[in-house]
Amino acid sequence: MSEERSGAAILVESLVRQGVEFVFGYPGGAVLPIYDELFGDHRIRHILVRHEAGAAHAAEGYARSTGKPGVVLVTSGPGATNAITGIADAFMDSIPLVVLTGQVATNLIGTDAFQEADTVGLTRHCTKHNYLVKDPADLAATIDEAFEIATTGRPGPVVVDIPKNVQVATAPMFSGAPQRPKRYLPRIVASAEEIAEAIELIERAERLVLYTGGGVINSGPRASELLREFQKLTGAPLTSTLMGLGAFPADHPDWLGMLGMHGTYEANMAMNQCDVMVCIGARFDDRVTGRLDAFSPGSKKIHIDIDRASINKVIPVDLGIVGDCATVLDQLIEAWGSRKPLELAEWKARIAGWRARDSLAYPKRKDGAIMPQLAVERLFALTREHDPIITTEVGQHQMWAAQYFGFDKPNRWLTSGGLGTMGYGMPAAIGAQLGNPERLVIDIAGEASIQMNIQEMGTASQFRLPIKVFILNNEYMGMVRQWQELTYESRYSNSYSDSLPDFVKMAEAYGWKGIRIESEADLDAGIQAMIAHDGPVMVDCQVAKEANCFPMIPSGAAHTEMLLYGDQVEGTMDDEAKALV
Amino acid sequence: MKIQHRHSERHVLAITVDNEAGILAKIAGLFTARGYNIDSLTVADISENHAVSRITIVTNGPPQVIDQIEAQLERLVPVHRVVDLTQAGPHVERELALVKVAGKGENRVEALRLADVFRAKVVDTTTSSFIFELTGAPDKIDTFVALMRELGLVEVGRTGIVGMMRGAEGA
Repeated sequence: MSEERSGAAILVESLVRQGVEFVFGYPGGAVLPIYDELFGDHRIRHILVRHEAGAAHAAEGYARSTGKPGVVLVTSGPGATNAITGIADAFMDSIPLVVLTGQVATNLIGTDAFQEADTVGLTRHCTKHNYLVKDPADLAATIDEAFEIATTGRPGPVVVDIPKNVQVATAPMFSGAPQRPKRYLPRIVASAEEIAEAIELIERAERLVLYTGGGVINSGPRASELLREFQKLTGAPLTSTLMGLGAFPADHPDWLGMLGMHGTYEANMAMNQCDVMVCIGARFDDRVTGRLDAFSPGSKKIHIDIDRASINKVIPVDLGIVGDCATVLDQLIEAWGSRKPLELAEWKARIAGWRARDSLAYPKRKDGAIMPQLAVERLFALTREHDPIITTEVGQHQMWAAQYFGFDKPNRWLTSGGLGTMGYGMPAAIGAQLGNPERLVIDIAGEASIQMNIQEMGTASQFRLPIKVFILNNEYMGMVRQWQELTYESRYSNSYSDSLPDFVKMAEAYGWKGIRIESEADLDAGIQAMIAHDGPVMVDCQVAKEANCFPMIPSGAAHTEMLLYGDQVEGTMDDEAKALV
Repeated sequence: MKIQHRHSERHVLAITVDNEAGILAKIAGLFTARGYNIDSLTVADISENHAVSRITIVTNGPPQVIDQIEAQLERLVPVHRVVDLTQAGPHVERELALVKVAGKGENRVEALRLADVFRAKVVDTTTSSFIFELTGAPDKIDTFVALMRELGLVEVGRTGIVGMMRGAEGA
């Protein structure tokens, strides 16, 4: 059975077949045929953003919070280039996106036509795969494969660039799944030998630690359940990367907190002193390892990752296992069988000693100024019963959110980890709210980051999305200022936020509710008013201006060389350390 | 502060790929984007239906980087297979060169005599020049070119290396 349809119609039909609910996009000349096809088609809801970067981040937020792929539709040239930051972000954080870009007609490609850009060339190294479709007859199979590649194996963004004449020209559209060769075959299951070797290493451990990452989240909610089960079976203390928060409950006694540059003292010390480390779905990022030659010097390392290229990339490991986190955890649990949990009392006593340093302690203020850490703690306490989804921008506020907001379920924590993209949080909240209409969605933001995609306030207004933006306003690009304080003798070169808008008036201008919190006495009431309002809210929470984010592993230092609040810092650093991270 | 350089070793990689638009750019671009080196690269269609190409890349880097290069190549969707011939064991490496030499008298005779020693073929000649066609391992070609330099070398064209495992098994 086939019927002659335009490329645009084949595309829309293919998206429907993939179960796409939302397309985040912005129209333009080179996608007009697709927009015309979407007009009046009620099977797919188009979310009109205000800037294409917003479309990509919103799709990421949707994907990260629902586990389903996010779909983006933008025009050629500037439409595509504006979306690239979001595409690169999704590539670094392994978020499944299918990005559809319009392109000038095939006969115009290469002529410097109006709004022409080499989208396939530009996105080659920030996509998992990309295509230029030159014939509408190839569209159905291409879209089918694009979704498969985006969502299976290590997830990631896939770009499909579609010239305008390919959208208009016709081809037969077949009912049923398109015929195409199956060429993408990620390795999912570990071998029996690998599992046996892993169990042998783990069961002989005296100082075991589980180090988990975003791969556990990407593997689906079952992976988080299996992780909890495996932890229970072994009794191991567990730490996680920024991207992995929520896979393991933050109120569990064996939870060490996040590790890395702004991780807890106990997490980093446990990584440094363990004798067996099991890395599950993390990738030894430079923000996690600190100085490489001092990283966990005495441990046997097991690394479970779906991407073979992540294994031995920066840290040589003793046993690399290529496979899906949930599947491999399942195999490990089965192989563990009726073994008893490990005898780790001595190890846990040492950990308790490190925990007693209370590395997340911060000074209290007597002048009524709000410590940003406290603001996040109160936000957590007051929203906890709502099981909220938290997004962030990038900087100090992001780290404070990671440190002081306790997550106990996966898919509740959406942040730009790998690329570190300011402007991620609000569009991501929009996407998360669409995917989870009943949930409380909060973007914990900074006053600098929020301005990077502030135009998306209009999107939230238009689609009646009751997202909350909670700005920790310290009138600085706080993380930049902190680094300048620690390494450039407090020469605050361009890191202050001047000429800030009145965020309350801005909220009102967009039809949002605006709330300003100026002192600790108003903090709880302000947060409660934010939660209570049935609509989008922007909170300008004015916090202590020069608060720093501690603990911190300074650039080029080891896990054992953490700075805690109150430590004296010289404010200088040698060139080697300056260049490192 | 000075930039540090690490010890490198040379590896020959045979890569089987889908013969699709942009695949060469993807692979070459991967090397630039991640800071890997390409010493030579050859590519040609090797299948009856023009669906599959074989790319041979000579690269160099520390062992950990070589392992990363293979893993990163394997991540690309159109890449079917990556074989590190250097790692895999005994293999044959061959390269073809065209070498143009111009001269008269004794030099001309000597060039022809050396070409014979190297089993190079004459594929073009004038009364004052030859083009030699030579195949062999890269160092054989290097040696021949060095000898010709003394005898009136005009230009050299080289294909870059293709390689294959020895024995009955395919790579």
